[in-house]
Amino acid sequence: MRQTISVLVENQAGVLNRITGLFSRRAFNIESLAVGVTDDPAISRITIIVDSGNSVVEQVSKQLNKLIEVIKVRTLEEDRLIGRELVLIKVNATAKTRPDIMTICELMGAKVADISPTSLTLELSDTPDRIDTFESMLRPFSIQEVARTGVIALQKGSGKI
Amino acid sequence: MTGAQALIESLKRAGVEHIFGYAGATICSTVDALASAPEIGYTLVRTEQNAGHMASGYYRVTGKVGVCMVTSGPGATNLITGIATAYMDSIPMVAITGQVPSNLLGRDIFQEVDITGAVAPFSKHSYLVKNADDIPRIVAEAFHIASTGRPGPVLIDLPSDIQQQELTCEYSYPEQVSLRSYKPSVRGNELQVKRVIGAIEQAQQPVICAGGGVFLADAQQELTEFAERTRIPVVTTMMGLSLMPSAHPLNMGMIGAFGSQAANEALTNADLLIMVGCRVADRAILSPSTLQERTTIVHIDVDPAEIGKNMAAEIPVVGDVKVILQQLLERAQNGSQTEWLTGLQELRYQVRHREFPSTPSYVFPGHLLRQLSRKLQYNAAVVADVGQNQIWACRHLQLEGPRFLTSGGLGTMGYALPAAIGVKVAQPNRQTVVICGDGSFQMSFNELAAVRAANMDIKIILIQNNYLGLVRQIQDTPAYPAGPFGVALDGSPDFAAIAAAYGIPSRVLSEDRDVDSALDEMLNTPGSFLLICMVDPKATTND
Repeated sequence: MRQTISVLVENQAGVLNRITGLFSRRAFNIESLAVGVTDDPAISRITIIVDSGNSVVEQVSKQLNKLIEVIKVRTLEEDRLIGRELVLIKVNATAKTRPDIMTICELMGAKVADISPTSLTLELSDTPDRIDTFESMLRPFSIQEVARTGVIALQKGSGKI
Repeated sequence: MTGAQALIESLKRAGVEHIFGYAGATICSTVDALASAPEIGYTLVRTEQNAGHMASGYYRVTGKVGVCMVTSGPGATNLITGIATAYMDSIPMVAITGQVPSNLLGRDIFQEVDITGAVAPFSKHSYLVKNADDIPRIVAEAFHIASTGRPGPVLIDLPSDIQQQELTCEYSYPEQVSLRSYKPSVRGNELQVKRVIGAIEQAQQPVICAGGGVFLADAQQELTEFAERTRIPVVTTMMGLSLMPSAHPLNMGMIGAFGSQAANEALTNADLLIMVGCRVADRAILSPSTLQERTTIVHIDVDPAEIGKNMAAEIPVVGDVKVILQQLLERAQNGSQTEWLTGLQELRYQVRHREFPSTPSYVFPGHLLRQLSRKLQYNAAVVADVGQNQIWACRHLQLEGPRFLTSGGLGTMGYALPAAIGVKVAQPNRQTVVICGDGSFQMSFNELAAVRAANMDIKIILIQNNYLGLVRQIQDTPAYPAGPFGVALDGSPDFAAIAAAYGIPSRVLSEDRDVDSALDEMLNTPGSFLLICMVDPKATTND
């Protein structure tokens, strides 16, 4: 089961190493990981997506809590979170194929980040599912490169972790 | 004031009275500052790993955080096993490592190694100091983190230029440490405590399983009082041995693969298992899944991550074991002698009084250790190494007062002698006995130099069978069709001559009938003594 763990940590060198070490030590694969500072520059938020059972996630959360620099750990409920990811896709585009690609962009709400005579670089911020769809729609035009940020997430409503 | 001086001053403020160490180029400034601090004693080890074990032994008899200090690179990597050994047994320790100058970090210069990275999986925390001004705060935090909650080793990596740097602010050692992200639980949840009491009232065949966490929380008295009040039999893990006297009517001995029959029977048939300060380690609890199906499990521990890690607990109670036992004592009713308890006591009696066979030219391990127990002083410290010697010590020592120490979690061969040195440094007058094998002794006998340098009085029982006996025993099973291989200790030295080289007297013992006189000679000879006991190479941990 795919689960989203949100972790608030002290914004210090070496913290990320300790956190990922906890996962690799137990041979768990991290599906996605995103790190950035919060409104308090001394605190960073790490959003981790893992595909594991409940007991595994519970144990990982407890182990994360034991790290001295970890301030808070929360597993976000899937139906109670807003998750977003940013993707940049560079796709082959000629004068002939460009209109078709633009149609897909319009339908998905993507923007053109860069253009060249033979390519388009597109950007889209959305849920991971819709980003997958966008990517698959572009595949027939021959994708050159893809960069995804990994999911960041917050709880719905006024609650915070 | 330099960083080095600030470090030594901070150690003094933290109450440090002794350091186990090995000097080297990148720690020289701090060693220099230490030389001007006669209040802090120093033991030069012969290999850095043993500095960790000495600090461990030192803590385990005093409750004071042990400190070791070594140089960068190989000094630091040699210490790793000492740190991992402490981590696995939750022993608080502050390890200080020298590091190459901070402007050269990451360039693979002479004796550079990323030690904070290397110890991350088995240290409680670590610091790489980047500014000398931070030293007092870091030292105070390190001692706080090491000694509170679930204790463990903390490493401070100190680049040589930081040791030489002048502080830019006035030196001040924090009165208090407050970390927003680190607040270990102390009191157990009152509702959970009530549930435990309820479960005890329901149970027909309850058992308490106590581990090393009870020592760490200094809660031996509370444990005994709780067991005596409720009349619940107690089994222990290896790390919990000597929590209660062996002959205590409620003590059923050690559980697990090498445990006592009464203890394992108690565990197998219990309808309520109250785990106190122990983790569900594989050697102790062989099949946690069947146990959790059959038994109501209460798990009391300071580390919430330990609860449910290897076995699900129906009633988890997180907090300081001593405080939770006190909370339980406020509510616990008087129990009575049950058939369940009587049955276990009878079984326990038979095992403890079993007759041992005798083989000519050899000493029977059970006989040797039982006789040793009878002659020990009440508050002696007995340090067992790892291998068959450890298992025999666990099975046969009858400890009515003495403290038993061993490396239970990591199972580090060579632990016993350096840990005993740590005990002796802290408490020179405490009778201290090492039990080791000829394999484990050869892993750390270089520390006889430290014994001699301080004229220590350590009695060493060397069980010699010319094999790595426990490995041989494992290899002697159908799983390993090739049989014993690479376990004969060919080329071992004349151990009496080794002892003599360090000025230590010795005696070779090879008959059961001489056990008494040999033990008397060992215990009555002033200073250290090596008793070499010849044991049948075919003897197994059942003997």
